[in-house]
Amino acid sequence: MGRLSLFQRIFLAGTLAMVVGPFLWILMNSFKYQIDIYQGTWIFEPTLTSYMDVLFSRRSQFTNNLWNSVVVASISTIVALTLGTLCAYSLHRFRWSKWVSGGILAWLLLFHMIPVITLVGPWYLIFRHLGLYDTLTGLVLTHVTINLPMTIWLMMAFFAEVPKEMEEAAQVDGCTRVQAFTLVVLPVVVPGLIAAGVLSFVFSWNEFAIALNLTSRATATVPVGVAKFAQDFEIQHSQMAAASIVATIPAILIMFFGQRFVVRGLTLGSVK
Amino acid sequence: MRHQPAGLIDRTFPYWSLLPAVVVFIVLSLYPLLNLLMMSVSTYRFEGGVEHTTFDPMANLRYFGEDPGLRPAIVNTLIFVFVAVSLELAIGLALAITVSRVSRYKGLIRTLIILPILVPPVAIGSMWRLMYNYDFGVFNQFLSVFGLGPVNWLGDGRFALASVIMVDVWHWVPFIFLILFAAVEGLPSDVVEAARIDGARQAQVTRYIVLPLLRPAIAVAFTFRAILAFKTFDEVFLLTSGGPGTATELISLHLYKVFFAQNNLGYGAMLSVTVILMVVSFLLVSRRATQGGKEA
Repeated sequence: MGRLSLFQRIFLAGTLAMVVGPFLWILMNSFKYQIDIYQGTWIFEPTLTSYMDVLFSRRSQFTNNLWNSVVVASISTIVALTLGTLCAYSLHRFRWSKWVSGGILAWLLLFHMIPVITLVGPWYLIFRHLGLYDTLTGLVLTHVTINLPMTIWLMMAFFAEVPKEMEEAAQVDGCTRVQAFTLVVLPVVVPGLIAAGVLSFVFSWNEFAIALNLTSRATATVPVGVAKFAQDFEIQHSQMAAASIVATIPAILIMFFGQRFVVRGLTLGSVK
Repeated sequence: MRHQPAGLIDRTFPYWSLLPAVVVFIVLSLYPLLNLLMMSVSTYRFEGGVEHTTFDPMANLRYFGEDPGLRPAIVNTLIFVFVAVSLELAIGLALAITVSRVSRYKGLIRTLIILPILVPPVAIGSMWRLMYNYDFGVFNQFLSVFGLGPVNWLGDGRFALASVIMVDVWHWVPFIFLILFAAVEGLPSDVVEAARIDGARQAQVTRYIVLPLLRPAIAVAFTFRAILAFKTFDEVFLLTSGGPGTATELISLHLYKVFFAQNNLGYGAMLSVTVILMVVSFLLVSRRATQGGKEA
């Protein structure tokens, strides 16, 4: 397209500075001693003290939080992806009555609109009855529930792109329906699986409101751990900065590799 | 491939592929929601770890009048959603159109701009709390260069909500940008070319060709974002927890406090049901409004 006007250049440069600036400032502060943060110095002697304190100090639970988050995010992503893909394929491929398919899709939409915090109360009561309160299993279940609608929409959009002839040809060649799905259709929608997987993982990794209320010390995830640094009686600002940086790295790494799939997925899903 | 007769697993494929997800929805979303309805007409008391439930809808209804935090929470949420989403749409749209005209490093610019969406909201809250800090935050440092301030960004009731909205804008402009950028890139180039050949200036192309074509994508971005804005919890919890006073109390924070600080499950549930109805009716209205011009 055309060239940028001076005004547009300034706008773009300003936006980029506004986006990247806070990261750099926090990164800088995470390498400072507490005293340098208080003095607001720009030139200082860098140190890894904050990171050491966050990760290895005996009072800190952060490594434990990291492990819990890895477990919850991985398992909930795998489960949501499996259930969501199967459900999306079934809805897309087989002739369900309007009541079934329409009902499910309407429920997904409604559920997606509901503020999560409204469901945390009932979940809390149900999980207490089932003995799932304060367990990673309980947290995984809630994250699967939250991620399923997105997975199903995304995968349905990807299935819609697969030509029907491919499956029919496979079945003429002797494939069963399950084989046509696993051997022919699934390989074609791998980009969709990656997109949905990345989004689920990042969501689960970042999720706070549920984890805050359904976990305690031993089962807390990274966001709960980060919040803890900001709520301690004596706020350790340098550790707050370091914990924020550590918490952010996995999501950014994963998105870095999955970005083009996610962008394609969002375009398939939303512009249609 | 060897021919196999269709076995039981294969014949029932349509059913067992659908079933697990449906079970999850029934057990973990439909049932809790029904539970919520039940709770909203009951009062709960915990005694010795055992809960006692009594059917008493009026008790919860009465709390509506007695809850001093409710009105500010609703007003703040409406201001928050309206101002934040409008700003995000305006900036995101301008950004999408601008970046689409960049000739080099387009991919790199896109990657940089979407960074904030990936950061855990809690970490965003924590980062901005440091930046807003009264004594050593970067904003007051900048102000002091010009001999201004310092401003108590989060602690002063006059600025707190604006400061929180600012964080939300930083967090979510990238999301709007991502959707609208994909839409701008996907515009039919022949239409734009034709307009240009007919002598339209850049601003005219934007105003009369690009914007009307983007309308459906803008509507989608708006709806998605408005839903999310209603749910905002994490950042505000970290930044202000609703304070000072009730200056930044949002409805989700208020719900959290009623549920988990005051342990008032019955009223919390009734409030939840009210919020859900509000969100759903808002969406139905906005959907009708945005779908006016285009085919569904």
